[in-house]
Amino acid sequence: MMNSDAWITLLFAIVGGAVRVGTPFLFVSLGECLTEKSGRINLGLEGVLVLAAMAGFAGSYLTGVWWLGVLLAGFSGALLALLHGALCSLPRVSDIATGIALMLLGTGLAFYLGKPLIQPQAAQIPSIPLGAWSSSQLVQSALSINALFPLGVALAALMHWGFANTRPGLVVRMAGDSSDAARALGYSVNGVRIAATTAGGFIAGIGGASLSLYYPGSWNEGLSSGQGLIAVALVIFARWRPWRCLGAALLFGGAGAIGPSLQSVGISGGYYLFSAVPYALTLVILVVTSSARGSLRGAPAELGVSR
Amino acid sequence: MHTPRNWHASAEAVLLPVMALAAALLLFGVFCWFGGQSPTEVWGLLFRGAFGDAFSWQNTLQRAAPLMLTALAVALPAQAGLTVIGGEGALALGALGCAALPYVIPVPGGVIGSAMVLASGALLAALWVAIAGVLRQWRRVNETISSLLLSYIAIALFKHCVEGPMRDPSSLNKPSTRPLDEALRIGAIAPDSFLGDVHWGLVIGIAACVLFGVWLSFTSQGFSLRVVGGNARTARLVGLATDRLVVLACALGGACAGLAGAIEVAAVQTSANASVIAGMGYTGILVSFVARHNPWAIPPVAILFGGFAAAGSLLQRRLGLPDASVLVLQGFAFVCILGAEALRGRLFPLLTTRPAFTVIKPAAGNKAIA
Repeated sequence: MMNSDAWITLLFAIVGGAVRVGTPFLFVSLGECLTEKSGRINLGLEGVLVLAAMAGFAGSYLTGVWWLGVLLAGFSGALLALLHGALCSLPRVSDIATGIALMLLGTGLAFYLGKPLIQPQAAQIPSIPLGAWSSSQLVQSALSINALFPLGVALAALMHWGFANTRPGLVVRMAGDSSDAARALGYSVNGVRIAATTAGGFIAGIGGASLSLYYPGSWNEGLSSGQGLIAVALVIFARWRPWRCLGAALLFGGAGAIGPSLQSVGISGGYYLFSAVPYALTLVILVVTSSARGSLRGAPAELGVSR
Repeated sequence: MHTPRNWHASAEAVLLPVMALAAALLLFGVFCWFGGQSPTEVWGLLFRGAFGDAFSWQNTLQRAAPLMLTALAVALPAQAGLTVIGGEGALALGALGCAALPYVIPVPGGVIGSAMVLASGALLAALWVAIAGVLRQWRRVNETISSLLLSYIAIALFKHCVEGPMRDPSSLNKPSTRPLDEALRIGAIAPDSFLGDVHWGLVIGIAACVLFGVWLSFTSQGFSLRVVGGNARTARLVGLATDRLVVLACALGGACAGLAGAIEVAAVQTSANASVIAGMGYTGILVSFVARHNPWAIPPVAILFGGFAAAGSLLQRRLGLPDASVLVLQGFAFVCILGAEALRGRLFPLLTTRPAFTVIKPAAGNKAIA
């Protein structure tokens, strides 16, 4: 029932969508990667994402400058993540439970403070027309990418290099692999983890800004439903390697773009089922990559995810 | 046999949550004060909207009933050492299962029919959440993440069915399934008394909490479950069927959340539609944590948070606060409750007869969840 033109349109829509939908995934998974490398899971990144999306929209709306919105999103994300880091440093407080709490708090604060922002339009993050060489409208729109995406790629490269070659990178990894070793060398494990969680929150916050300032490009209460959580699974899939987070984010972006792409060629049946594809894919990946015994390959040793 | 240490532990069990909730209310007051509201007025309205008169009590109890069940959905797996947070999706599936049964088989009217549609919802949700338990025991998939992913998938299935194959063509503005037959609906407990519209769901919720509490405390199976939650290795060493108990705990939890959704359809909405998905699964997580996953403590906590939810609409009407103000209050409460955990065992530092001890920070993996 679909001719070849429709198939090509669909393909380009999915490729373009992979970058468009995948950009927030990329930032959140890089943020989560940094947090988990230090030995803690932050399930609260879901809350961070929603709060940062609202803050980013508010910043851009009030100042009229998109990058100020992005910065504000980062800082609001960092603030919420800082709370996570500090709470988890208390005795007998689990990082999983704290993550659930911050998911609720972040969403609540964002909905509360974002009430007046549902109608207006804010200055958007600009697009980079990588497809300008082509005369085809299709290619142009597929390759017109979010200006934050190259930043995310650069960040992935930086983290990849930094974890292996810089002092802070090694300290973070040490805190995540052996808190005893870190303590023996005179580092405060909690301090390192709070710093890593906060920085991770900042990075994830930028992903939130990409949601409200690029795609879908407005603030509403249904903006994020589980992207922050999927990121946690993405990091497992990426085996805690920043580079692989990029590939994973694009894969999930593509999966998330299937539903809207089908709609763009006029197939609207099963829309909700297609919207559930990323979650199902995450679940399948978790099942495939986990093993019946022992911990996950590449997982920071102090992490509780592979209990 | 109440040694001072026992006594302090029980006093703390009550004092810590109370102090945490007081701190959350204080924070909420300050938050509203930043927004230009008078904190005392906010607190007053919170109390009046929740427990001020017969009408607010009815509203509160109606909202508390599903919260008791969704809290059990967290508490039962938690007793087995799992953090399962997929209550929202299980609730949606319960509603779907309840509304779907008359599509599949003819259901007799009356109590039997009502029981059948409720059981149908509970069963569907139980099977769904049991997947999280199976995946954890079979592949070591983290149950917190998998249950939440399952929850999102369940909600997508719910929306697909309600707006697609199961949609009642006559539901124009708000896609719904065909309404449940009059004879299958659950009515009010005592419509002419002060209880007003409060329906039998409240009785079911309280009964479930009491019964599961009895099951955990006084049966060998319940005890085995708590052993698994305390130390899975010990449980395996003494020969307990750990896998089966974990999956059972997940299934029972799922059944409770599913029952909440089914009751919501049979007593309130009369058909499955988007109004069923109203965040009660998420509030249930909070209720269970505040009750420290103790089924007997769940009803009062659920009534308290049902009250806050009821007061939310009053805050909205009187002060123009967004409806998310209740979410903010819940978020503060959750953070304070977790923070209060750090004070456990230190609240009576001068009175304890225990020798002074230094707190050795356990490794991240060994931390108990709440």
